[in-house]
Amino acid sequence: MAFLEIRNLRKSYGRAQILKEINLSVEKGEILGLIGPTGSGKSTLLRLIDLLEEPSRGAIILEGRAVSGRSEKERIAARRRMAMVFQKPVMFKSNVLDNVTFGLMVRGEGQAEEREEKARAALQAVGLSGYESRDANTLSGGEMQRIALARAIVLEPELLLLDEPTANLDPRSASAIDSLLQSLAGGRTAVILATHNMMQCRNLADKVAVLVEGRITALGESEAVLGQEERSATSGWKVPGFDLPW
Amino acid sequence: MEEIWNGILRAVELIVTLNPEVMEITARSLFISFTAVFLAAIIDIPLGGLIELRKFRGKRALVDLIQTLYGLPTVTVGLLVFLLLSRSGPFGSLELLYTPTGMVIGQMILISPILIGLTISALRGVSPHIRDTAISLGADESQVIRTIIKEARFAVIAAVLIGFGRALSEVGVAMMIGGNIRDYTRVLTTSIALQTSMGNLETSMALGIILIGISMILNLSLSRFQGR
Repeated sequence: MAFLEIRNLRKSYGRAQILKEINLSVEKGEILGLIGPTGSGKSTLLRLIDLLEEPSRGAIILEGRAVSGRSEKERIAARRRMAMVFQKPVMFKSNVLDNVTFGLMVRGEGQAEEREEKARAALQAVGLSGYESRDANTLSGGEMQRIALARAIVLEPELLLLDEPTANLDPRSASAIDSLLQSLAGGRTAVILATHNMMQCRNLADKVAVLVEGRITALGESEAVLGQEERSATSGWKVPGFDLPW
Repeated sequence: MEEIWNGILRAVELIVTLNPEVMEITARSLFISFTAVFLAAIIDIPLGGLIELRKFRGKRALVDLIQTLYGLPTVTVGLLVFLLLSRSGPFGSLELLYTPTGMVIGQMILISPILIGLTISALRGVSPHIRDTAISLGADESQVIRTIIKEARFAVIAAVLIGFGRALSEVGVAMMIGGNIRDYTRVLTTSIALQTSMGNLETSMALGIILIGISMILNLSLSRFQGR
């Protein structure tokens, strides 16, 4: 039984079908790379897994139990096992420390001092020690992205959903974040990483799923899938509807 | 013109010398309106949050109705609350007519549409990504509402100040529910009406100056909050 299983998942908005028959599974300690062009449905898939939206059909199954289509109470309980970093993270109108401790606070974890200690450790992990009292909304896009990552990892989630987590970062910061994500591999956390960056996917992901126009067109070990995609690109063959951006 | 000028001088004298009756009426006005706004805010701000964040049939019509009630005539509210609290009314046994508590209830009803409606408007100004972020981090519904209200705190405080201004300056509820009883339910607005009808223009003007002063302080605070 996989930790997370996505079964026959579909999502439509009106007549527009965004996701079509998605089937995926992720184990704890595994990083699944989700690659595909803009508008292929990566962000929608992550939002569905995070239970921010309900699927039109199909199921999201966490440790053998369907969590989609459940009561709000059950969805909150399932969501509290996950954390998500959005492509364009927003900060609460407060300082950095309050932003990072927010998730711990709403989940009722620990005392204030304990939460702050964890938040400081998370900030150190993303290279932002000393930023605790800074107004979170005055920071650069890259810094906000790293705070969003700290806000997620401080929760020690069983499932970490990352939507282009290094898109706004300079190469050095991106590399530091990649190392951090690498350190999560093999642990208790399952990671789904949506990215455009093939190199990042190759370096980090154990498995890769290629999403094109809402459909998974390739799924398997990262070397096998990405190697095939590269060969396809150089030989002139293309996955239908998917112009490789790299 | 001279009469008005003398009236203003006398009014200033009453204020500067802290005339006991003027001060007592002012204190009672502030207490009743502050209590009404405080209690209304406790109910109306979360209610505004619920209406804004939940999806339900008829939501748009409800919001339109609430906004239509912003200009609710104070005498109509006064009449409604009078009928409810009068001896033959459903809450007559509580004996709240012609009491400060009755006035608080009337003012709460009067300002509730403003507080609910302006809270909804304030929350609409918050990015929907904030809501998603809070939910994603594990917040339940009440925590999401609290977070969004906190994000819109300056606009929500402005709504409360507008409500306070409306409660303090209304005369219909205060007159019909309070009855303008000396040393008990007489407040700034009802007292101004009474003193003017009795020809005591100095006292009337003193109370008017105080009311204008409080309104000006409220408006200054309001522009400060709205500027943030």
